Amino acid sequence: MHDMSTHALHHHAPPTGFIRKYIFSLDHKVIGKQYYGLGLVAVFTGMALSWLMRLHLGWTNLAIPGLHLLSSTGAPGNVMTPEYYLQLMTMHATIMVFFVLTVAPFAAFGNFFLPIQVGAEDMPFPHINMMSFWVTFVAFCVLISSFFLGDGPALSGWTGYAPLSAVGSVAGPGQGLGQVLWAASLAIFCVGQLLGSLNFIPTTLDLRAKGMSLARLPLNVWGWFITSCMALTAFAVLMPACILLILDHVAGTSFFVPSNLVINDQLQPHSGGSTLLWQHLFWFFGHPEVYIAIVPGMGIVSHVLIANMRRPLLSYKVIIGCMFSIAFLSYMVYGHHMFVSGMNPFSALVFSFPTLIITIPATIIVLIWIGSLYGSRLRINSASLFALGFISMFVAGGVSGFFLAQPSIDIVLHATYFVVGHFHLVMAVAAIFGIFAGTYFWFPKMFGRMMNETLGKIHFWLTFVGAYCIFMPFHYLGLAGNIRRYQAFSGYMEPLIPVHRFITVAALITGAAQFIFLYNLVHSRFWGKVAPENPWECTSLEWTVPSPPPFDNFGGRHPVVYHDPYQYGVQTESGADFIMQDSPETAKPA
Amino acid sequence: MATTVHEPPQIEPRVPELGHSGNGGRNLLPGGGRLRGVRDFSPPPASTALWVGLAAITMTFVAFTSALIVRQGSATDWRHISLPGILYLNTAVLLASSLTLEVFRRSFLKRRGAINAKQGAVDLPRTSAGWLYATLLLGIAFVAGQYLAWLRLNAEGFYLATNPSSSFFYVLTAAHALHVLGGIGGLIYIIRRLSQGMLRPTALSVSTRYWHFVDILWLYLLWLLWAKL
Repeated sequence: MHDMSTHALHHHAPPTGFIRKYIFSLDHKVIGKQYYGLGLVAVFTGMALSWLMRLHLGWTNLAIPGLHLLSSTGAPGNVMTPEYYLQLMTMHATIMVFFVLTVAPFAAFGNFFLPIQVGAEDMPFPHINMMSFWVTFVAFCVLISSFFLGDGPALSGWTGYAPLSAVGSVAGPGQGLGQVLWAASLAIFCVGQLLGSLNFIPTTLDLRAKGMSLARLPLNVWGWFITSCMALTAFAVLMPACILLILDHVAGTSFFVPSNLVINDQLQPHSGGSTLLWQHLFWFFGHPEVYIAIVPGMGIVSHVLIANMRRPLLSYKVIIGCMFSIAFLSYMVYGHHMFVSGMNPFSALVFSFPTLIITIPATIIVLIWIGSLYGSRLRINSASLFALGFISMFVAGGVSGFFLAQPSIDIVLHATYFVVGHFHLVMAVAAIFGIFAGTYFWFPKMFGRMMNETLGKIHFWLTFVGAYCIFMPFHYLGLAGNIRRYQAFSGYMEPLIPVHRFITVAALITGAAQFIFLYNLVHSRFWGKVAPENPWECTSLEWTVPSPPPFDNFGGRHPVVYHDPYQYGVQTESGADFIMQDSPETAKPA
Repeated sequence: MATTVHEPPQIEPRVPELGHSGNGGRNLLPGGGRLRGVRDFSPPPASTALWVGLAAITMTFVAFTSALIVRQGSATDWRHISLPGILYLNTAVLLASSLTLEVFRRSFLKRRGAINAKQGAVDLPRTSAGWLYATLLLGIAFVAGQYLAWLRLNAEGFYLATNPSSSFFYVLTAAHALHVLGGIGGLIYIIRRLSQGMLRPTALSVSTRYWHFVDILWLYLLWLLWAKL
């Protein structure tokens, strides 16, 4: 009797009925899969939008078949108008940053594996967890609806700078209803992620199994924990910013719109707002947001590499310390997005300094990975390839950050393709590689079947080479002065158009390669080879349960943890080179 | 849920632990592996979750505060408004509600005495629940009083978009009132559980802490409005 009503964890019986099992599920694993599905839909939507953008950039007057169906005003005769290019660009970025990079590595994999990896049978608040997914889903629907309502989606970029984003439809198509829907979607999204953090943090701190001390948590659990802490503070700042923006639209307030603004010969009926205020509020959120996108990937890559190297990293504690430092510093660097906003130049120095400092923990993490790989015999499979690819892309994207961190250089490079290349390499490629690594690694556990390794390797090489072909030239374009968010290039930028065409072709091919991944996912889900319980011989707790795990993860038993998750390369009685976390066995002395 | 039929664990029988829930208990079994000594206490997840939520709410109001400060300094159109007097009465009402809630909480815990937390329900004589109802009424009175303050400002010609200072008045008080409504929801939940005889100390302390937070938040907002508006 003492078992049932007194546990802090809300026990629930196995779900029955289709709705409870697959739609409004309380099971963190189903919720994780739902998030993954949302991320999948979002990434292909975002990719399709990027194709439309790239086609237009390479061939400005190209008639794209069927485009007029998406918007008759935005693409009369299937030729994209300049405004519609900006609208597609805004939606591409918003969908990718929020509904792919925040959802997939953090909400999807975190929801599925965090409770299992700490030894719990579910999150502590399953109803709130379920709400967090459906609230996020509603946010996605609100955003997508802006394609089809009014005069289209917002065109002010994912950063939504005021006053363009705050003055309403006088500023262009989509700036009325489209912008309000954009802001509303983000505000709703913030609520969804806050609800998620309400589960992640108590799970990590309070629901760990016996013997699972904090020092025995797998590194990806630390990644999710640190990300949740960032998410809860960063999204809590974006939400009020979006609310104030909506009020500027619908209530006639002037938070962000200054006085005496004349647009299209009309004096705007606003007074005294501060456009810089929006930038401060947005980037205070925006910079931690990009680390929210990358830190789970760092955790996943660490975990995948260790399992495949068959030995621990050079230092567990240093990696955690570095992830914490990155999270802490991320709040102090946001002004590096505002070097040319007209702020006091001294403040540029104040932001530049921590921006350069934050490269130190990031570099230490990379050096630990590389140092650990040196001399190891890494097992090569799709997951480990994408983990290696993550390191490559993170370094490639990160070094351009060194340049942008310096105000004097940023004055030249701000709002050029150099910046676009930088953040695409670190976010669009490295973070996505983290998602791929996690997918190939954990798919067997999630679905009970193995993914096709050959297809996985083809997918990796095409994506790896393709991503470099797409995004490396961006740096060259930026140095040559190619301005971002332009839909066509004239004057001194005209000679760069052939580079854009090359990039477009690379983007189309690399994008097509993602359908190999999609096919692999779907085909393996139903017809893949049945997976054993521990195909990768990994030591963490998720590999001690069946594939896929039962609804209460451990089948009623309560695991006891005896080891850290990195007992690899050890000699054991059984002859295996690893010891599971919940095995009382100890390594034989060397 | 207490009535859920759940398969009991099949491995070793669990040692019942006093104090907070055994879930996450760290009493380590001697074993062949290297067991590290860890603390044998784990706060209830609801308590941790509340701190998480309070941190997020704090950040939201920090963002609003910085928006107010920047907006005030960015232009010359800031017109000071005098705060409606009813705000001070509302403040007293909210403070009183925190007091009554605290009285209830302490009397509830005292009556439970040495009863093991795991036994859950305690049947209280109806009189002490009166403090809980008083809290609820005072909370509703606060929200109603805030609405009256809005009507008073409307009567003086200050609407949402009249002036940046009035904009922030409405935004801050509305945001706070929404959180008070959430707290009222928590109080209703507590009252229901109490009437069912299933009120747990964790749920009570979490709701109480939230209510006190909302109270302290109002004191801060009142000061901010008085100082800046």
